[in-house]
Amino acid sequence: MSLRTRELVNLVVLGIVTTIGFVSVYLASQEVPEFSTTSLSYAAFFLALFVVAHLIVRIRLPLADPHLLPIAGILTAIGLTMIYRIEPDTAFKQGVWVVIGVGLFAGACLLLRDYRSLDALKYTCGIGAIVLLVLPAVPGLGLEVNGARLWVSVGPLQFQPGEFAKVLLVIFLAGYLRDNRELLSMGYGRIGVPSPKHFGPLLLIWGGAMLVLVQTNDLGGGLLLFSIFLAMLYVATGRWPYVAVGLALFAAGSWALYEAVPRVGDRIAIWLDPWAEPDAAGYQLVQSIYSIAAGGIFGTGLGRGVLVRQDGETYIPYLETDFIYSAIAQELGLAGAAAVILLYLVFCYRGFRIAMSADDGFSKLLAAGLTATLAIQTFIIVGGVSGLIPLTGITLPFVSYGGSSIVANFLLLALLLMVSHRVNEGVEGRR
Amino acid sequence: MNTQIRNLFLVFAFLFVALVGMSSYWLWRAPDLEARQGNPNLLVRQLLIERGLIYAANGETVLARNREQEVDGQTWFRRRYPERGLAAHVHGYSTIQRSRTGLEESLNDYLTGSNADLATLLDRAGDTLRGLTRQGNDVVTTIDANAQRVALDALGGRCGSVVALEPASGRVLVMASSPTFDPNLVENRFRQATRSNAPCDPAAPLFNRATAGFPSPAFIPGSTFKVLTAAAALDSGEFSATSEFDDPGYCIEYGERVYNYSDQAGPRAFGRVDLGDAVENSINSVFCNIGKELGPRVILDYAKEFGFYEDPPLETPGDERAPSGLWSNGRLFDPEDPNQIDPGRLAFGQERLLVTPLQMAMVVATIANGGVLMRPHVVDRIVAPDGDVVTRTRPDDLRRVVSADTAATLTPMMVRVVSSGTGTSAQIPGVEVAGKTGTAETGRQGQNDTGFIAFAPAGSPRVAIAVYLQNQSGTGGATAAPIAKAVMEAILRSNP
Repeated sequence: MSLRTRELVNLVVLGIVTTIGFVSVYLASQEVPEFSTTSLSYAAFFLALFVVAHLIVRIRLPLADPHLLPIAGILTAIGLTMIYRIEPDTAFKQGVWVVIGVGLFAGACLLLRDYRSLDALKYTCGIGAIVLLVLPAVPGLGLEVNGARLWVSVGPLQFQPGEFAKVLLVIFLAGYLRDNRELLSMGYGRIGVPSPKHFGPLLLIWGGAMLVLVQTNDLGGGLLLFSIFLAMLYVATGRWPYVAVGLALFAAGSWALYEAVPRVGDRIAIWLDPWAEPDAAGYQLVQSIYSIAAGGIFGTGLGRGVLVRQDGETYIPYLETDFIYSAIAQELGLAGAAAVILLYLVFCYRGFRIAMSADDGFSKLLAAGLTATLAIQTFIIVGGVSGLIPLTGITLPFVSYGGSSIVANFLLLALLLMVSHRVNEGVEGRR
Repeated sequence: MNTQIRNLFLVFAFLFVALVGMSSYWLWRAPDLEARQGNPNLLVRQLLIERGLIYAANGETVLARNREQEVDGQTWFRRRYPERGLAAHVHGYSTIQRSRTGLEESLNDYLTGSNADLATLLDRAGDTLRGLTRQGNDVVTTIDANAQRVALDALGGRCGSVVALEPASGRVLVMASSPTFDPNLVENRFRQATRSNAPCDPAAPLFNRATAGFPSPAFIPGSTFKVLTAAAALDSGEFSATSEFDDPGYCIEYGERVYNYSDQAGPRAFGRVDLGDAVENSINSVFCNIGKELGPRVILDYAKEFGFYEDPPLETPGDERAPSGLWSNGRLFDPEDPNQIDPGRLAFGQERLLVTPLQMAMVVATIANGGVLMRPHVVDRIVAPDGDVVTRTRPDDLRRVVSADTAATLTPMMVRVVSSGTGTSAQIPGVEVAGKTGTAETGRQGQNDTGFIAFAPAGSPRVAIAVYLQNQSGTGGATAAPIAKAVMEAILRSNP
């Protein structure tokens, strides 16, 4: 079976699961359950979208990994289903964003002949990332939502530049670390201190990014970018001390923030004792935990959980964005939630396999960085809403409601598939 | 770089396992979390259950029903009590924020349909799959809605309680506690529900004075307890209807005089009397001497036979029922050493005796029933949604407390109380009423606990009643007996 046929088989499985999900939510939303073709047509449209993506991949990247696209598809389907169950109008908007995301995915596959040309643009990408991160702080452009300035409003369109910045940052770091990894790995003894000449620009970029994020008050994004940086630094140099120093730096930074920014202190206090103020500061986390606990092993079933109040608001604010995992855990149970996490783990596994079989440093670092981005983001938000780590607002890749997030993650997927195709092409060529 | 990538994957794999572990941990904590205030999950699950209705004895007057509401594609059922305070202490309330009381609490499993055998469980699993609402069983109580209303009106906002039983079956026909409350307000306007300007402190409208204590029962039995003492005196064989006594107006205990009840003219002395005269005129000195002769142990043992020192049996929650008996410093007190109790004062219902109206209704119902105590019950039957009767309460005789002779000897004495003694205001035209008044001094002027226990018709009793009031300036005969009369009339009229 060719790679693409395998992908198609995976997509058929996706189709069945999606249809069941859509239909059950549709049935649950009705007082007298009655079957209708509306839910089926939604599922069919969604599936057609991914078949288009599949065809593009078949034409342009026939040797790419056959698992990543179906996994992204099923995560998107789970997200859409949950969002539809919470608020059908929002699901419709998300659907539009998925169409745009798949469109950009196709565009990237068709237009970007060789992703390695991005290597030459690494500094442009680095600067681009910073510009994107600064944008929300620009007066007139920025928009403050929930205490954080991370939105940009251009006309009727609003987007979160941070989501795209993370992809640009990975490209920059892949190029930069490939060039400087020997130097960075050298040094005196095991705890090497490389010359500021090589390490400086890197620290500068990181410091700038952190500063901007602290200024925009987006802690989740800051944590994500910093963790990506550490992960890629480790992959490039193989030096745990970097990670150790980085973590120490981060701890020191957090402590400073804890002292300086009340918001960070609050988050940590809530994390340590969510029940100190269950109706005020701790409300979101406490409700999220109730929701996870209420699901049991197999969940209440789609549409049968306790998510929406009498007045139409959700019990957990930002349920369809940051807290979508809590909704999944309640209605699909621990089994469903664990399955979602397993999907991310498989995605991670495939992504790192691509990185390991790549034969040039840039490709390796790019694939590893993109994969790590997705993994870290998943850990930060799922860990946050379940109380494992302090809660910081960030989207669950492919699942959460959010246009920028969906589009950026489809671009991430496109890049990963491009690397995968080239890697396998190389393997075939040598055979 | 491949080693690093592999290591990184292992790190992520570990972190993801930790994520699943964290969610599992909350699952394990779920029972504890569900009980917390502010957790909507358990509460909403309760709202999805269509609780059974609660009816008065006629099967028509609805005491508790549901109001439907559509939320998030589901039907929510909120509890409503159309009769408001009428029998609020019997059925209690079922709320989302403030749990449950009364039959709503003790019969929750029936009302929610959780009283399942395997067949119903399987049925219900099917219903859940089809998304059908779970439906509870209806409860039909023994409460006579009309007489209950009469009792509440007669209490008229005073602090007190009325309990009426059917002597032969133990059916609770009336169980009123005043001040009452509107259970509809408990959910959202709790402060308003608990507010009352009734003349007692604490007024505590949510507290069921008929059966409960806080922790001790609310009432001093006073002379109504003489029924029990007289029954013990006769049944023990120490005294008979013809036993004679000399009443100088007082009895001597521990070298001091204990006087008869005194009005403006001072304590009255009756001279040479028999037991019937003593009951009719409620002569303290006679009962004081009977108490000294019998000893406190005998009286307390008979009291226990009547149900004292145990929660009175009923279907309401255990924490809403308190045992009658001697109470000392907020604790039930059953002395090993009889010298710790004053036998004379015990015999006429003072000492440290505290009683629930239900307990005293059980005492008088036992005399009415020829000496056999029936288990009181307020639930007649529980009916499944399909109309099948799930359970029906059958009359259950707990035990014979006194001989039929004792009851037969005591009854005419109690008839004399109403015909020509202290309880004449309980007379019902054409019906022979047997009763006993009680006026217990609390030591504060105008703050007597008054009571009246009775049954009627004396020849073939259909109702036994206990009425108790707090903070009264009059006697039991003047304050409690008229209430008993009104309620008994209502019951006799509606159950001819």
